[in-house]
Amino acid sequence: MKYSDPYLSGIALGLVLLAAFVFAGRGLGASGAFASAASSTVHAVAPDYARGNAYFTSYVNEPGGPWRSWLVIEIAGVFIGALASSVLAGRWKRGVERGVDVSAASRIVAAAGGGALMGIGAMLARGCTSGQALTGGALLSVGAWAFIACAFAAGYAVAPLRRRAWRA
Amino acid sequence: MLTPLLVGIAFGAALERAGLGNARKLTGQFYLTDFTVFKVMFTAMVTAMLGLFWLGRLGIVDVQAVYVPDTALASQILGGLVFGAGFAIAGLCPGTSCVAAASGRGDGVAAAVGMFSGMLAAGLAFPWLAPLYEYHVRGAWTLPDLLRISSGAIVFGIVLVALFGFAVAERLERRA
Repeated sequence: MKYSDPYLSGIALGLVLLAAFVFAGRGLGASGAFASAASSTVHAVAPDYARGNAYFTSYVNEPGGPWRSWLVIEIAGVFIGALASSVLAGRWKRGVERGVDVSAASRIVAAAGGGALMGIGAMLARGCTSGQALTGGALLSVGAWAFIACAFAAGYAVAPLRRRAWRA
Repeated sequence: MLTPLLVGIAFGAALERAGLGNARKLTGQFYLTDFTVFKVMFTAMVTAMLGLFWLGRLGIVDVQAVYVPDTALASQILGGLVFGAGFAIAGLCPGTSCVAAASGRGDGVAAAVGMFSGMLAAGLAFPWLAPLYEYHVRGAWTLPDLLRISSGAIVFGIVLVALFGFAVAERLERRA
């Protein structure tokens, strides 16, 4: 169960980000893949509506279509890499991570609700912890550093209200 | 096709090895008991930042060719606040929810499904959100532009702040 040293993992992750800068001319991301997935779902269900919505259109019009966008393929890679790494390290485990005071069901509801807020936030922020904080931060983007400050400020403001959920 | 796949595989493996696919470990950041999020994120950011800076300085890489995300401060400030609240509640971020899901965790799947529905809802609400989303979009706007000092000085300053942060994090972790 033991994880790697955080500084060594950080250097490894930094070299992955640097490789993306050098070989792809762009950084990492995650929320953009969800935006592509949402856009292509809307496009499949209601193509005329999707074409009239500037946000969905921007993803539907990506070269090769939204399902073959750079970030969708990268996130497919994230699944493969995390699956392989957890299996090889003996950490793959079916279950729900939660504190002792909460049921698995309430943890699932919190994860989904928090996820929905992150979806809205990442849409407004033009990215998440990967595309803004990590990538934009390394590229010295003003918006990315504003995002980092606001995201952590809100996280620290909300976390005390949820402390009970994580009691070990 | 191959570059994003390989980058993604390495990205997912690095996050998993660091323990960031585990929401219980990740949320330690918000309760000041486990600073893995801060340490991994800032070490990665500093590594990539220094690497790109020196590759550019030595003329090996054209730094101008790297895409810098647009800055649109109003939308990003509100988005950051909403995102941070969701991050603390979900205990995972979008990338790490995929890592948690891939390592068998149901809460990772739930966070990813929530993320998809939030994006869908925000996209459907785009006609109302557009004035905020498109308010003062500045394109690539960097700290050296804002502060009118050289990028070398900014890079040096961020490295110092990160090193100071690591020292504080180690001290707080020992106390916890």
